[in-house]
Amino acid sequence: MSQLEIKNLHVSIEDKEILKGLSLTINQGEVHAIMGPNGTGKSTLAYTLMGHPNYTVTDGEIIFKGQNMLELEPDERSRAGIFLAFQYPVAIPGVTVANFLRTALNARRRAVNPEDKGISILDFRKMLKEKMDMLKMDHAFAGRYLNDGFSGGEKKRAEILQMAALKPEIAILDETDSGLDIDALRIVSEGVNTLSGPELGVLVITHYQRLLNYIKPNFVHIMLDGRIVESGGPDLALHLEEQGYDWVREKYEETAEA
Amino acid sequence: MQEKPKVSVTRTRRDSAAKEFSFTADSIPVGGLKDVRAKAWDAFTKFSMPITTDEAWRRTDLRLLPASDFKIPKAGAFEDLPVVPENLLKPLTGEQHGGQITLLPGGSRVELDPDLVSKGIIFTDILTAEREHPELLNRLIGTVVKPEDGKFAALASALAQNGILLYVPKNVKVETPLHSVLWGPGVDLAHFSHLVVYVDDGASVTYVHEAASPDESGHAMHAGIVEIHVGKDANLRFVELQSWGRHVWNFSHERAHVDRGGNLDWIFGAVGSRLTKNFSDLDLAGEGAQGRMSGFYFTDGTQHLDHDTQQNHLAPHTTSDLLFKGALKGKSRSVWQGMIYVAPGAQKTDGYQANRNLILDEESRADSIPGLEILADDVRCTHGATVGKLEKEPLFYLKSRGIPQADAERLVVEGFFDPIMQRIPFEGVRERFQQAIQDKLLAG
Repeated sequence: MSQLEIKNLHVSIEDKEILKGLSLTINQGEVHAIMGPNGTGKSTLAYTLMGHPNYTVTDGEIIFKGQNMLELEPDERSRAGIFLAFQYPVAIPGVTVANFLRTALNARRRAVNPEDKGISILDFRKMLKEKMDMLKMDHAFAGRYLNDGFSGGEKKRAEILQMAALKPEIAILDETDSGLDIDALRIVSEGVNTLSGPELGVLVITHYQRLLNYIKPNFVHIMLDGRIVESGGPDLALHLEEQGYDWVREKYEETAEA
Repeated sequence: MQEKPKVSVTRTRRDSAAKEFSFTADSIPVGGLKDVRAKAWDAFTKFSMPITTDEAWRRTDLRLLPASDFKIPKAGAFEDLPVVPENLLKPLTGEQHGGQITLLPGGSRVELDPDLVSKGIIFTDILTAEREHPELLNRLIGTVVKPEDGKFAALASALAQNGILLYVPKNVKVETPLHSVLWGPGVDLAHFSHLVVYVDDGASVTYVHEAASPDESGHAMHAGIVEIHVGKDANLRFVELQSWGRHVWNFSHERAHVDRGGNLDWIFGAVGSRLTKNFSDLDLAGEGAQGRMSGFYFTDGTQHLDHDTQQNHLAPHTTSDLLFKGALKGKSRSVWQGMIYVAPGAQKTDGYQANRNLILDEESRADSIPGLEILADDVRCTHGATVGKLEKEPLFYLKSRGIPQADAERLVVEGFFDPIMQRIPFEGVRERFQQAIQDKLLAG
């Protein structure tokens, strides 16, 4: 079973420490949610797991399937089985969704066998159509430039489409609910739920509880000032929905100052 | 005038000025263009070597051009030089060529479908045209590009030993594309070419011209003229690709004259040469004439490519649409300077120009200088110029999907060029450009 283990992670951006000793273990088949107020380091965690060059790990470890992720480039981490659904997917003008996805799939095959000729066009089209149908996407989507001029909902659907095609073992969903209306939220969540199962571990990063009405977590963690301060079951999310974050702040910021 | 730096001309500076050519009037080929060539030679002798205080040459410096070393290839010179690579002779458009001409140093090979010959189409090399069609050639040559247009135009006009005459008679539609290759191997050689393309009223044709040579050490040069006439309601698709070797100094004067209702789709691809200075002018001379200019360039190493374009709207209801896109690597440099000119009375004109550059290395540099000169009052003219860098976020995004750095860069660069690819209706030409992108990205 694949396991992502984050141990005592310290991360800085431009010499400012954002993550201050975060630890978390996610197994394949589990759904974890990290909740927390804005500016607490949730997206930093997501980007750091994927290896964004702007984030410097000053201490701690990220181990995935026994491998030290900190030694790997983002593309190597992806091929190892980690996926990040971006909060703000990046537009790649001039590159179609289909061309991009085929390149990504072929990169995986070539990493295994450098002589690989790549996925056949026919197989690829069939696979892509299936996944697009699952996400209720128009097939014309495949021919559009990646994230270029996409609406908020289209961008998030495109992220889940990529996740479906690349079949990761651990998926990190960074604020996937932001910018979605209720219909889009439902479609995206259904997509994630379809992909969930014993083969996939999910880390949902969210500010609001509403996404968790659709994607049911096994574990909920509260993040504050660069650390996980509370962990529990689904009830914890409901508690946050009712009480807000103030009680967490009071409880932990006071002790921090004391 | 005030822009000139106030420095006294020192002896060192004078010594480093470009040398003059050592050609003489004896270098002029003998044939049916005797008078035209003599006149051009006369014009040539009046030009001095362009210097960077000449407006058109401000960004392109010829002081290192070893002009006096260049010689004209003797007849049959190609026999001792590297041969044309097979892939240059493959059809780039459609299944096969209606005709193909290979221009070589001191020689040429011409093939033309007999069916096209019977329709009155002339597609031949210039020396043959001088012998077989002297009247027609004399009537057409020098009418669009004149020797007075510049030193290199005069030189090419006087000395061109390579060239093409393409003549499509009235209302003849040529279905199969025509193809020519100018192959210019060898060092210390000057290759001169003169292309005359005349598409008569109501006719249509697709023509692809490539100029290429291997990379060699030393220097070589090419000076060329391309003159195009698109008649009333005629249609020309013209693709030109240059992949000169890294040792070639490349100069060209090109101009297309489009008559009433005529349509020109003009595609440029430039990946080669040490230095290129190209003047490409589009004259929309008749009401309703249309012209589209699409340029692709990719430089690396220390290459210097300078494209000077002019869209002249000389009649009402004319439309021009220019898009030049370039990527730059290493210490290379590109210059694009474009002008849309709208003559008095050329109302309802629609002119567009855009130049987009993608800088892949810190040390490469792109100059982009759009310009408008509008002397009519009911027109629509827009322009844009950008110079951008390869950004980190798109690359990270692509890498986060398992795509290695090099492939991610290639995707972004291909994406950047996609709007140009979309304008090219030929799979073969697109493939050639894509291959060039690959090769350039992989090169050191």
